[in-house]
Amino acid sequence: MLLDFFESLRGQGLPVTFRELSDLISALEQHLVFVDIDKFYYLSRTCMIKDEKHFDKFDLAFKSHFSELDKIDNLFDKLPDLELLKYSSLQNQVTEANDGDNNFGSLRGLADTWDKGSDEPYDGYFGRNKGVGTAGTSFSGNTNANSHASSTSSTDIGEGTVKPWDHRYFKDLDGSRQLGTRNIKMALRRLRRFARSGANEEFDLHETIRATAKDAGLLNIKMRPERHNSVKILLLFDIGGSMDAHTRTCEQLFSAARSEFKYMEYFYFHNFIYDSLWQNYDMKHGELISTFDLLHKYASDYKVIIVGDAAIGTHEITRPGGSVDFPNSEPGANWLNRFTDQYDKVVWLNPEPNTYWHYSESTRMIQKLMHERMYPMTLNGIEKAMIYLSR
Amino acid sequence: MSFTGSKHYISTDDLSLAVNSAVVLERPLLIKGEPGTGKTMLAEEVAGALNKQLITWHIKSTTKAQQGLYEYDAVSRLRDSQLGKANINNIENYIKKGKLWEAFISDQQVVLLIDEIDKADIEFPNDLLVEIDKMEFFVYETGKTIHAKHRPIIIITSNNEKELPDAFLRRCFFHFIKFPDRETMEAIIAVHHPNTKKELLSEALDVFFQIRDIPGIKKKPSTSELIDWLKLLLADDIRGTELSDKNTEQNLPPLYGALLKNEQDINLLERLAVAQQKNQQITLQP
Repeated sequence: MLLDFFESLRGQGLPVTFRELSDLISALEQHLVFVDIDKFYYLSRTCMIKDEKHFDKFDLAFKSHFSELDKIDNLFDKLPDLELLKYSSLQNQVTEANDGDNNFGSLRGLADTWDKGSDEPYDGYFGRNKGVGTAGTSFSGNTNANSHASSTSSTDIGEGTVKPWDHRYFKDLDGSRQLGTRNIKMALRRLRRFARSGANEEFDLHETIRATAKDAGLLNIKMRPERHNSVKILLLFDIGGSMDAHTRTCEQLFSAARSEFKYMEYFYFHNFIYDSLWQNYDMKHGELISTFDLLHKYASDYKVIIVGDAAIGTHEITRPGGSVDFPNSEPGANWLNRFTDQYDKVVWLNPEPNTYWHYSESTRMIQKLMHERMYPMTLNGIEKAMIYLSR
Repeated sequence: MSFTGSKHYISTDDLSLAVNSAVVLERPLLIKGEPGTGKTMLAEEVAGALNKQLITWHIKSTTKAQQGLYEYDAVSRLRDSQLGKANINNIENYIKKGKLWEAFISDQQVVLLIDEIDKADIEFPNDLLVEIDKMEFFVYETGKTIHAKHRPIIIITSNNEKELPDAFLRRCFFHFIKFPDRETMEAIIAVHHPNTKKELLSEALDVFFQIRDIPGIKKKPSTSELIDWLKLLLADDIRGTELSDKNTEQNLPPLYGALLKNEQDINLLERLAVAQQKNQQITLQP
């Protein structure tokens, strides 16, 4: 039975393995829970599920797998009645079933026999059985075994007893968006792994030997900086207008980058970079930050990632006053050049598929300004961009 | 011998079961949940309830797995060698035991808390796989293997800042502390503030759950904030009616700074309060 349960968990796409199953079985062997379905639910969840984002799927799988238990519960309620049946004609039928195909041995067989038997009108014998929720009516009226089973279970115990897994408390935690960002995180991790360098102290054996030898054997301990992750990222997002179509992808990138990099600053621009940027998503309420301030504040060891679709008017790049939002005194190209001059590593991520780039003149223009460091915002593209940034 | 909560700690059924199965099956228990739902406290209470010593290993961003096992102080040994001290001959004098080692060699079973494991580097949990699985590790400097005399009860907490590797998760039992519902919350408060008047408590809980339900709030106040806030309310001798009237000038709950720790959140609450006041005025006018 646990194997079936295990299979249905795997069927829901839950990452359970033999190890989890064997844990659950040994927990049951230790009698941590006994004939208590609520506790069994908690126990199996603790043993088998290792992340709260899977809880909701688990609840669903558990519910669908154990819904049949209602039927068995129902049967236990009726057991006293079965005693009375000794004298009824049903008794004969049960014995026949037992002798015949021997399916009475299992609870399910008993349940089926019960259903089979109760389909037939036994009004004469069952006038007294008030213990059964449907009180006789369904026995005579209902001829379909399945519909009968469901009608009794819903009236007898289906209502009123709400099981823990029915609440589905963890629905909110099952963020498939989180799953989407996971791939991006893995791609961004390429940059992270490479970037372990910075402060902190570590014993430097070679330097110590050299220095000690130089000091004629008087110990001279040398320390050196330890490798650790200190990559600094400056993210510039194009928002609004044609970028609205890519909001979701950008959000995913943002949320993934947020969790991967310790030092990450982000700013927004519209269409192209000019004298100022802003940090509030809604530019109307946000404070503008001078691009010069930004260039002065973030030193050249920052790595810059610009995200934008680059599909704009060429005048927005080349001409003073070309911007659609600001009366810019300098052409946008000058500003982009300032970035590529100051920072060693600047990449442009373009959410438009790169097969289209060729048709947009502004894209080709920016590609040139970026020294061909424009990458498509796909997993491969991000990975390539990270490899370049980490080089 | 099983854990069911304590005088100071309300444990729900599912949490107790998770703790007990981890204890019986000798598996580390990974605890996640919103900040302030009593993850760290759990280990203290388990140790208290089972009458065992608690060893706490706080994890920082610079913590390495090796530090939990042992550290070899080569620098002191070199220095001592220049001074001609006798104890340099034995390398064991320069090996500092870590928390895991301490837990392993303890004569009685201990509770080992690995606090905020997600703070450490991404590789940290992977570096502890074998140690946690086999409950032993090898000391290169002395060539000895340290076995656990008694497998410690390991409780690990995480704030979800980083995802933990699957291989590590497989070795743990897992429990997510759900934010307590109102009933549990009342029980928790009764444990911490037995003298709180009923009326104040119910008003305070109303305000508390309202604030938690404000959409867009960054850091929702949690149990520990609620308890602090109640402490302040009691110290100021504020009555329940005052809470519901919100007769303060800005229409804000008193001492709300204890509930909200974030400037933006306080701003949001203030703006909401102003908006509410305006609404009230509008309804009063006709």
